[in-house]
Amino acid sequence: MHRHLFLAQRFSALLLAPLVLAHIALIIIAVRHGLTAEEILSRTRGSVVWAVFYGGFVIAAAIHAPIGIRTILNEWTPLNGNIINAFAIAFALVVLVLGLRAVIAVTVVTG
Amino acid sequence: MNLEAAAQSVNLHVKIWRGKDDGGLQSYEVPMRDNQTVLDIITEVQRRHEPALAYRFACRVGVCGSCAMTVNGKPRWTCRTHVKAVVGKTNSLLAAPAITIEPLRNLPRIKDLVCDLTPFFDKWQRAGGKFTGTATRRDPARRIDPQNDARRAANAAIECINCAVCYSACDVVAWDANYLGPAALNRTWTLINDKRHAEQSTTLEKALAAGGCTSCHSQGNCTRSCPVELSPAESIAGLKRAAFFGLPRTR
Repeated sequence: MHRHLFLAQRFSALLLAPLVLAHIALIIIAVRHGLTAEEILSRTRGSVVWAVFYGGFVIAAAIHAPIGIRTILNEWTPLNGNIINAFAIAFALVVLVLGLRAVIAVTVVTG
Repeated sequence: MNLEAAAQSVNLHVKIWRGKDDGGLQSYEVPMRDNQTVLDIITEVQRRHEPALAYRFACRVGVCGSCAMTVNGKPRWTCRTHVKAVVGKTNSLLAAPAITIEPLRNLPRIKDLVCDLTPFFDKWQRAGGKFTGTATRRDPARRIDPQNDARRAANAAIECINCAVCYSACDVVAWDANYLGPAALNRTWTLINDKRHAEQSTTLEKALAAGGCTSCHSQGNCTRSCPVELSPAESIAGLKRAAFFGLPRTR
């Protein structure tokens, strides 16, 4: 693994660790308090804090996961390095686009 | 019957790898003796049963690092591995004592128990494992404080005997042929902690390049199997720290 990928993976992990814990805590709180989808959306829509929180989550995941997948493919498959890199970049874009689409859906006020 | 005679009356069932990649295990019977090493067994097989058996050794006292092989599935220095220690751990009391000896993993095989160590030593060079001095022979010897943190880090890792046991034990080497391996990276760690080395930055760059220390999964098989009880895993962790914070302070 190249040094810049190593550093990117470590820094994204540093960001993901608290974000994942906060995300799990939020799920538990929301379920235990019996919040409905409307109640959750009423709190997240228009909120810059939630947009930054989940936007950061998605960006960190889109950096972290493809680097790991690249390593796994490199070690466990006979695929050529260029194919592996192309797959990792495509995977990063999929995570980024799907993730940001979801963040926009729950934080941006529509209509 | 005295104890030695009793021990000699027990035969050890020895399986040894013969041939190259497409070879197989062959069985031999060797009497068990007191203070018998795995290397003693191989020598006895070669002298009494199989004169064409190829194996490599030199010093027989754990200094040269030539005699490493896979013993009962684990890489070991055979000259300092006692048969009783290995057999006792792998066989029940009821089964006949047995031992399986194969060449090292992760290295091209030449014949029987002999591997080609060229890729192993090529990676030492690729990792920047060559010392480059900062002084000439006309300069006075530099004083090195033995209590300096960097010097202590280098000292802790410096006694490598180049036996390739860690290289054979490492799963990342098995998965990624480009990975430099624990021994070469352990060597670069000693060099970047040595203030007499002129090319510390270049050496660190090589250790951080693709296939270098960042490929390590920190499984620790290297440290666990090192016959001279070094910790290549700790050295590699030091190199990873250097990826964030730069060269250790050697002055």
